[in-house]
Amino acid sequence: MANKVLMKGNEAIAEAAIIAGCRHYFGYPITPQTEIAAYMSKKMPKIGGTFLQAESEVAAINMVYGVASTGLRVMTSSSSPGISLKGEGLSYLAGADLPALVVNVQRGGPGLGGIQPSQSDYFQATKGGAHGDFHMLVIAPASVQEMAELTVKGFELADKYRMTTMILADGTLGQMMEPVSLDFDVKPMPEKPWAATGTKMQRKHNIINSLYLKPEELERTNFERFERYKTIEENEVMYEEYLMEDAEVCVTAFGIASRVAKNAIDEARKQGVKVGLIRPITLWPFPTKVFEKYADKVKGFISVELSMGQMIEDVRLAVNGKAPVTLCNRSGGMIPSPEQVLESILKVNNGGNK
Amino acid sequence: MSTTNYLFAGFGGQGILFSGKVLAYKGLMDGKNVSWLPSYGPEMRGGTANCSVIISDNPVGSPIVSKPDVLIAMNLPSLDLFENSVAPGGMIFVDSSLIERKVNRTDVKVFYIPATKLASDNKIAKLANMIIIGKVLKETNGFENEESVNNALKQVISAKHADMLEVNLNAMRLGRDY
Repeated sequence: MANKVLMKGNEAIAEAAIIAGCRHYFGYPITPQTEIAAYMSKKMPKIGGTFLQAESEVAAINMVYGVASTGLRVMTSSSSPGISLKGEGLSYLAGADLPALVVNVQRGGPGLGGIQPSQSDYFQATKGGAHGDFHMLVIAPASVQEMAELTVKGFELADKYRMTTMILADGTLGQMMEPVSLDFDVKPMPEKPWAATGTKMQRKHNIINSLYLKPEELERTNFERFERYKTIEENEVMYEEYLMEDAEVCVTAFGIASRVAKNAIDEARKQGVKVGLIRPITLWPFPTKVFEKYADKVKGFISVELSMGQMIEDVRLAVNGKAPVTLCNRSGGMIPSPEQVLESILKVNNGGNK
Repeated sequence: MSTTNYLFAGFGGQGILFSGKVLAYKGLMDGKNVSWLPSYGPEMRGGTANCSVIISDNPVGSPIVSKPDVLIAMNLPSLDLFENSVAPGGMIFVDSSLIERKVNRTDVKVFYIPATKLASDNKIAKLANMIIIGKVLKETNGFENEESVNNALKQVISAKHADMLEVNLNAMRLGRDY
């Protein structure tokens, strides 16, 4: 344990980004993610990096676009209302096939909402997040260790597929401290022959652009991008199974909700209920196949969420009517209690939701 | 296989989050799984601040402590708010120089420590939190190994303030021996 330190989730993201080679951070403060910016403002000047507090979220995401165009690792972070403001930039990054890392430490909404933890930006994150045909890779950590590890992984995937990775966390994961080991391998950054780094009069210009006035051409870029998405759906799905081997009830939850769910599952197991958990780690691509695998085997699924029920739609699509899917939720900054989840488990186990 | 859920609560500025951090680091030094979760938001300004700390032999599930095994109440609003949430058989540590009333519960162990008064009597006015922590560690068998307490403190107190190490340790000893 000697190499472990206690860190807030937000700080772990920031330090991991630096370890991953990110030297450019642009952001605008907002609770509950401000520690990321604070950490970057302290560290970046000492290691020859750039920390810039932009005049707005819109400015910050466009600065990210600029640095991403040069092929360097770059990130921004915000919380729910701030991510909405970045929407335009997220779409432009997708249209220009630029790799970037964007962190959303979610808080309750809609509107200015509140500052307590939430998962109600699931739709926004996984269904595109802004105008146009596109996806972001969406990764949901559930511990401070994962906040760090998945940030590194997020940069690697962003570079590999030339797209935005969004780390979808929440206020609890951002604010809590846990032991974290920052001793991990970072793969070398791939070559980026497309980057706008100056031609030195030796090659043709690289043009970074998302404007295609000929619809045939725009359609072709979308077709190509979605071919890449197919590869991602085949190769990059991540999830955790917990006590699923003999499960008759399947709880599913991501991020902080999965930790509450585990408490409830452990308690239900003590009472003799065969219940397990599927925890999606990538929310896009969604781990559809693992749900298909269990759809015939369990009495029912319970989606535990800090929202009015958003991931549940993807769960239902995956389960495809083969078993009932029910919701166990709180909203607006509230967190379901293990007791509430346990009650849902017992209900489904007793056939109460058929 | 044991898990202990701690809830620290008091006014913002009493070092609630700091003392929770010391305890979490102590757990880490002892090779346990730990989590530390602060309340955050506008209520911290002058109102109540609290933090959840979990120390466990198992991986920590939810970091939110809703039924503490150990409650540390550093002001009356905190005791009022959390007294009834303490698990039966649990412990409540009360700063009796700031909280005049007694604990109503009869199914928990209660420790009254005039921490704020002890701190000012010993000219360490800001360290009431550490005095209480000293007592908490003693009653939860965490003070048997003073070295790990010292190591935990070293992790929380930055090198810049290394001179505060001994002062904090002394405050903890005061609580332990009370």
